[in-house]
Amino acid sequence: MDSIIRVDDLTVAYREKPVLRDIDLKIEKGRITAIVGPNGAGKSTLIKSILNLIKPIAGRVLIEGDVYSNKNQDIAYIPQSGSVDWDFPTDVFDVVLMGRYGKLGWFKRPKKEDKEKAERAIERVGMADYKSRQISELSGGQQQRVFLARALVQEANIYFMDEPFKGVDAKTELTIVNLLRELKEQGKTLVIVHHDLRTVPEYFDDVILLNKTIIDYGKVEDVFTDENIDRAYSIKREAVGE
Amino acid sequence: MSAHVQIQIIAILAAMACAIPGVFLILRKMAMICDSITHTILLGIVISFFIVQDLSSPLLVIGAALMGVLTVYLTELLNQTNLVSEDSAIGLIFPALFSIAIIMISKFASSVHLCIDSVFLGEIEFAPFDRLLLNGTDIGPKAMYLIGAIFIINLIFVLLFYKELKLVTFDKSEAFILGFAPVALHYALMTIVSITTVGVFQAVGSILVISFMIVPPATAYLLTNNLKRMIFYAILIGAINSAIGHYLAIRWDVSIAGMIATVTGIVFTIVFILSPNDGVITNIRRRKKQRLDFAKLSILFHVNRHMAKDDFVEECNINTLNEHFRMNKKFINDTITELEKESMLEIKNSIAYVTDKGRDFIEAYD
Amino acid sequence: MDLSIFKDYTIQIVAIGSAILGVISGIMGSFAFIRKQSLLGDAVSHSALPGICIAFILTQIKATEALLLGATLSGFLASYFIFSIVRYSKIKFDTALAVVFSSFFGLGVVFLTYIQKLANSNQAGLDKFIFGQASTFLARDLKMMVAMCIITIVLVGLFWKEMKIVSFDSEFSDTIGISSQKVGMLISFLIVLAVMVGIQMVGVVLMSAMLIAPASAARQWTNQLSKMIVLSSIFGAISGVVGTVISSTTSKLATGPVIVLVASVIVLISLIFAPKRGLLWRKLKFRNKNKEEYKVIE
Repeated sequence: MDSIIRVDDLTVAYREKPVLRDIDLKIEKGRITAIVGPNGAGKSTLIKSILNLIKPIAGRVLIEGDVYSNKNQDIAYIPQSGSVDWDFPTDVFDVVLMGRYGKLGWFKRPKKEDKEKAERAIERVGMADYKSRQISELSGGQQQRVFLARALVQEANIYFMDEPFKGVDAKTELTIVNLLRELKEQGKTLVIVHHDLRTVPEYFDDVILLNKTIIDYGKVEDVFTDENIDRAYSIKREAVGE
Repeated sequence: MSAHVQIQIIAILAAMACAIPGVFLILRKMAMICDSITHTILLGIVISFFIVQDLSSPLLVIGAALMGVLTVYLTELLNQTNLVSEDSAIGLIFPALFSIAIIMISKFASSVHLCIDSVFLGEIEFAPFDRLLLNGTDIGPKAMYLIGAIFIINLIFVLLFYKELKLVTFDKSEAFILGFAPVALHYALMTIVSITTVGVFQAVGSILVISFMIVPPATAYLLTNNLKRMIFYAILIGAINSAIGHYLAIRWDVSIAGMIATVTGIVFTIVFILSPNDGVITNIRRRKKQRLDFAKLSILFHVNRHMAKDDFVEECNINTLNEHFRMNKKFINDTITELEKESMLEIKNSIAYVTDKGRDFIEAYD
Repeated sequence: MDLSIFKDYTIQIVAIGSAILGVISGIMGSFAFIRKQSLLGDAVSHSALPGICIAFILTQIKATEALLLGATLSGFLASYFIFSIVRYSKIKFDTALAVVFSSFFGLGVVFLTYIQKLANSNQAGLDKFIFGQASTFLARDLKMMVAMCIITIVLVGLFWKEMKIVSFDSEFSDTIGISSQKVGMLISFLIVLAVMVGIQMVGVVLMSAMLIAPASAARQWTNQLSKMIVLSSIFGAISGVVGTVISSTTSKLATGPVIVLVASVIVLISLIFAPKRGLLWRKLKFRNKNKEEYKVIE
């Protein structure tokens, strides 16, 4: 198999303590990979380090053998929906169009073509009726779908999502899952921070078990074993499924 | 007592009186409310003046204090609509009230001597001339007694409600459950802030009240995490700033209030840089040490993890470790030497091995 | 009302000046508003005092350009301190604002008392700094203000989408290669510039209101940043012109406070009557909802 992202000896620290220690990792091209681990395991930190949002203490990240800043047009990021102020004066269409800004470059305005792409992406996530809604009027699931559409218009090859299923309704969850599969069929790579252990075998091809260090990573059927999960969560099995 | 000494005492008392409520303002992220109140009390004074027609009436002080509380209330009311954010609510209410005050003064009270400069800068220089007479005997400047009384009131307030204030400041919902009406306590504190502002601003001017109320507590905040100590340090720092500021102002013949605020700012800057607890230098040093600690940990983790694997020889060669870590080679070598000294790492034929002690260290780390 | 005032040259200049100030502060105030930095303007404007005084002491003349330069440098230094304090210590943004501006202001007052001792400087009064002096506004000042307005509009136009995305989602903008730090600095730079232009006209205290009020009002009427900015500058300009006219037709009425009151009235109207967001609208909607629920129960 063909790895698209390589993480070598990555150590990341916030103020006091190292959050990620000596992470070695390969993420395979064209697959859906879950990052799974208990709270405070450093899942979001791992994604943000790969996205060059956090500077590591040691180690490096390579995307198709290159550093992030040369590859940023190939990458789409879907942050947690709680990370922005939803009372910002803008509507759904406008937020989705922001996905084109990176491709446009400085000084250029979105063209008709960009707007059509935004329209299509909004339809794809089932938000066509909400196109000109103020974003504060959206439910949690709808907000997530707007972010998803914004990522779609980026026409990236690699997608990073930080807990896209957190607090969303069943309809949104289904929309997202179907989209993930569609994107995979188009040969895209998807890396997703996930918290619901029960759905891991159903949604994902590969899994990274993380608890400050890598517990194990690889195909779900090889890695997602009771023993590994116990090691990652360092708790008894009964408590896991809650 | 010479006039200088009296001014000195008034300035020190003012700083001490302001520091007490200031501690709670900055901990509750309400520093800019203080800015707001210092502006709007002017409207309170003007309105009271229109009612009583006497500039020396104590009712002016009461009117001003009420206006301070009203300002907080209006700001919160506006904030609760969720139509504007909290900082905008502050920035909308006080300029409006302040503008009304200015217009009322210039339009209807220009014959009365309500000098704007004195409102903003205060007239501490003249404070000793306004005497308090008791049964016809001169017992000292009025301001000294007024500000002294405010200091004592503030002190008693904090001593009486220390536990409650602490709880409300750090955990509003918990305080509510336990039955300390946080709203009542909040407005009590705001009343204290308003009274203090009104009492002190005649001496030092309204804008410099902010310097007294916010900066010494912020300086104290950089020195300690303990609330009691923070209050004590804030009072002490405020007093010292006033003493130094007054001395320099007399020496250079410049505004006393301005000089005290300048000294207060300089003392803050010095503490900001040098504080052993949270100063810039401490933080830089701490970060440097952390960098070394993290590098040590990274090496130990890395070597320990690879010792059980096939790629061991390649991954644990001390001459190539710097490439794996993307770190400066000299830094890595220094770190390795350090680890060897601490006998956590052993080097044999340029290959690093984690010792038992090193392994214990890693395990203890979790 | 006496309409002849529109023919008065001085009043024309002042009215145009305050209209332009309204436009500049309307634009940059909108960014301050959405970035939750509304009070930055207040702090920066107070912090201009020592810069103005030093410029005066050095040049010994009351040249607007020199004073403006001093004010701007001082304002930037203050905002640099504010952001540094937040970055390098546990002190929060609002406390940092109060710490920096009160200390700067204190230093300014020290310089001011020094200047007042100099023989040739009877006009360096603090009240002019605090309330502005719209009445002494000259055609020359107007040119400078027009220049500042053009600079602001051009820069916001050029970096429009970058400013928008950085204000909405700074992390996302970093991932697509738009540096939130650089663009954020540009925005702060323009806010400081707007404040400095406004100080000489409406003064320190009321400048922050010019930054906050038109933007707060505009936000209620629209859900689009572009429209908000246009509306905000219109509100700013209206406040400027109406305020100038009222104050010059009435005796003993300072321009600055009147402008602020006009802006505040616009805010009040917007908060109550704006469709969808306004308080009245909300109340009606709430009542209708209650009625519907009643019907369901019946």
